[in-house]
Amino acid sequence: MLDRAEAVPALIGRHEDFLIIAGLGGTASDVAAITGDAASVYSLGGAMGAACMMGLGLALARPKERVLVVTGDGELLMNVGALATIAVRDPANLAILCVDNGHYGETGWQKSHTSLGTDLEKIAIGCGIRQTRTVSSNAELAEGARLLRAGNGTRFIVLRVAAGEPPPGKRNFDGSLMRDRFRAALARAQ
Amino acid sequence: MALLDSVRNGARAILRTRSAALARRCTPYAAFLMGRAVGNDTTRWQDALYELLRHKGITQFAYVPDAGHSILIDRALADKDVHAIPLTTEEEGVALIAGADLGGARAVLLMQSSGVGNCINMLSLIKAGRFPFLTFVSMRGDFGEGNPWQFGMGQATAPVLEAMGVICLRIEHAQDVLSTASAALTMAFKSGQAVAVLLSQKLIGAKPF
Repeated sequence: MLDRAEAVPALIGRHEDFLIIAGLGGTASDVAAITGDAASVYSLGGAMGAACMMGLGLALARPKERVLVVTGDGELLMNVGALATIAVRDPANLAILCVDNGHYGETGWQKSHTSLGTDLEKIAIGCGIRQTRTVSSNAELAEGARLLRAGNGTRFIVLRVAAGEPPPGKRNFDGSLMRDRFRAALARAQ
Repeated sequence: MALLDSVRNGARAILRTRSAALARRCTPYAAFLMGRAVGNDTTRWQDALYELLRHKGITQFAYVPDAGHSILIDRALADKDVHAIPLTTEEEGVALIAGADLGGARAVLLMQSSGVGNCINMLSLIKAGRFPFLTFVSMRGDFGEGNPWQFGMGQATAPVLEAMGVICLRIEHAQDVLSTASAALTMAFKSGQAVAVLLSQKLIGAKPF
């Protein structure tokens, strides 16, 4: 099984290429370990199930920027209908990376539905997302990284990783501060 | 004096005729700005509301289909300059609004009062991030409702929104739609507040079933 501490950075590569929404829990740490406390990241500390739809609103608002949602299996499952909503709009500049460890790590490592038979890539396909991959070995990382940057429709990648602690990235929990500096950085870049 | 009065009255009559003719030619929103009543048989307040929202820079319309919002939804779907976004559940719209705001865009959520119940925890995002938030809620379980299933959420709509820090502005009459919507837009996008405009069944009509 892939180790998330190596596989997530390998897939994302140059993080400055993206505006990033990070799901709560492990993926917020995954992203913080790569980016530090960057203005181009909005990471959730609650509101479970928000990440993908925040990505859609941002991608529609900023069609010239690449938007990347990095979220976990538990967070995604809580609002899995969002994949159907996103497929309807299919923004070319949106990619969703689901770091799937099959568990709810923060609450005591209970198994999630993806350990119990649910296949998130098949759900995404069924929702109408046309470009999907499951990455579960080192050999598939390069193709996954390429797909994250492809630009002809929304992409959905499931990264299967071992159940284990995320890297110790220092998460920012100040949602208001992250909002203000995210908007200010985008305004400056214009 | 009599002559002066008759000239004055004549001038007023001409002005009235001209302004009425102008109002007939222009959009419902412009007609509203000119002081013409909105909400009569020839002007749909929903059209005027849509034009107000566009005028104030709304470019994303997230919705869960509802008869009370059907004109707004159809207008957004037909408008190539906006994104009309059908949702599977209303809480998706709350998160979408926050994402749009991060990108510098303005979004609104159109939903029925039942859908408010689906949004409650997601409103934590609006509170934690101090995102501006504007939703238009068509009421059920309200004035004249004929379906008993609608009362649970209908009667709880304003209390649960207020418990999550959302300010509720209620509209009962067509002539109040645009002034209330204008106030809500200012509160949301100038003052950064979370605001719900509740369209009562007195305004949109009660369903008999």
